Amino acid sequence: MSVDATTVRRIAHLARIAVTEAEVPHLQGELNAMLAFVEQLSEVNVDGIEPMTSVRPMEMKKRADVVSDGEIADDVVRNAPERQDHFFLVPKVVE
Amino acid sequence: MSTATHKLIKGATGDWEMVIGLEVHAQVTSKSKLFSGASTEFGGEPNTHVSLVDAAMPGMLPVINEECVRQAVRTGLGLNAQINLRSVFDRKNYFYPDSPQGYQISQYKSPVVGEGEVTVELDGGKTATIGIERLHLEQDAAKLLHDQSPSMSFVDLNRSGVGLMEIVSKPDIRDAEQAKAYVTKLRSILRYLGTCDGDMEKGSLRADVNVSVRKPGGPLGTRCEIKNMNSINFIGQAIEYEARRQIEIIEDGGVIDQETRLYDPNKGETRSMRSKEEAHDYRYFPDPDLLPLEFSEAYVAALKAELPELPDQKKARFIAGFGLSAYDASVLVAERESADFYETVLAKLADQARDGKLAANWVINELFGRLNKEGQDITGSPVSAEQLAAIVDLIGDGTISGKIAKDLFEIVWQEGGDPRALVEARGMKQVTDLGAIEKVVDDIIAANPDKVEQAKAKPAAIQWFVGQVMKASGGKVDPKAVNVLLKTKLGI
Repeated sequence: MSVDATTVRRIAHLARIAVTEAEVPHLQGELNAMLAFVEQLSEVNVDGIEPMTSVRPMEMKKRADVVSDGEIADDVVRNAPERQDHFFLVPKVVE
Repeated sequence: MSTATHKLIKGATGDWEMVIGLEVHAQVTSKSKLFSGASTEFGGEPNTHVSLVDAAMPGMLPVINEECVRQAVRTGLGLNAQINLRSVFDRKNYFYPDSPQGYQISQYKSPVVGEGEVTVELDGGKTATIGIERLHLEQDAAKLLHDQSPSMSFVDLNRSGVGLMEIVSKPDIRDAEQAKAYVTKLRSILRYLGTCDGDMEKGSLRADVNVSVRKPGGPLGTRCEIKNMNSINFIGQAIEYEARRQIEIIEDGGVIDQETRLYDPNKGETRSMRSKEEAHDYRYFPDPDLLPLEFSEAYVAALKAELPELPDQKKARFIAGFGLSAYDASVLVAERESADFYETVLAKLADQARDGKLAANWVINELFGRLNKEGQDITGSPVSAEQLAAIVDLIGDGTISGKIAKDLFEIVWQEGGDPRALVEARGMKQVTDLGAIEKVVDDIIAANPDKVEQAKAKPAAIQWFVGQVMKASGGKVDPKAVNVLLKTKLGI
């Protein structure tokens, strides 16, 4: 599997990462190198093998339904570049 | 059960059929969020019901709320659906300020609940069966405010991460009435189960509506999705508008673009939401932070055993137990509060078997009628279930006539009080000793020989006498007894 320049631009757009035209060939090369590395996995025959979700067989841990968190609005917005009255502020998005 | 015929729309080239499917998002009733311990309570101060998990701070890990799982399984059981003992959470990737994670945790290939079905009630006592495709658990998104500043959007994460059940119907719905009936029934089932409060104004229940049109029985057309509908009436209006819009385009030789649209209730029209946007590419993949959701057959069986009586079962019991009509039974069970009120009346009745149906008539006609007129709902009824049961008892055992009962109802509505005591205190008892009214009957017969002749020739004319006697007695005699007495006296 490999990506072309169009796919690189498209992935960048979906992730809302600004990529200049000059950066595209470089990123394309990096992505293809990663994909080629991961591609080695397809050499292993996994016919009839269930995907492994955990190293040891275990059940997903579940929480009891109690309110045990929250009420930390100061902390939640502390790192926000822009905030007001405990709201995060982002450049206007209107559909 | 008679199967519904659905509405077709007349176009210039003949009849068109609508094909409709709904995705309903129902907020799970739980105290805390799907994957964090923050509160789900509505209307907190901005970002107060938010944990560092909901804010997607680095290193935070989701841990599933067992109550949300339980509620999803119970809902699946209420929809007669297949419960999947193993399901998987996936990441639905998108970039937008309503999701600090950059993805929504949802279920894509393996939902917790599979196929089921819902029977909906339509006008004229008809029903339709609507298939359920699936139900899955997912996170709600944050709320954005766009009107606070000209250049910035304000983000409140309080809703972010609240558990939602997305309930997807099969494209079995064929007109607006069926769509409205489906949402109404779904809401009713959720509220009986207590798995979603169904409050559409607060957004606890909202629907995306997929509409396409085709020639009856023909191949499927291209669909448009009307997003985020939070009123059952608007759903109906939006479908009607959208179907006509599509028919017009096709009949003018155009093609329908598959797109997302919004309904504007003020203008009564739908409009395109994103005209130029490329097709969604959510790049779903299994969430590596969460193991598959697994539970046992025994867990499901235990939840099934504890399910409350649902509207369809309650309706059947009312019909079988008290001889209610299917329509009356549907009216009573539609809202859980109404059904509970009627059940309380039943429990207080002296003779349920005798007066169960009479009680239903009084709850529906007198009480609901009056509440509607006053714009009140059952929870604020000035007449309690106990008082209404007493009035019904008094009619049932012959203490008062139906006519006097309406006066009594009015007094109880206005002034309150114990109906039995009121009947005593105000002399409203029905005269059961016919000897006392025999003289009245004799006098009326003696004074109206012409009417006597009429009644002898045409027995239906006896009603005139009944009316006269009722009037003379102030409505306090039993019309049936008067009828019998008159027949004897007149020899008919």
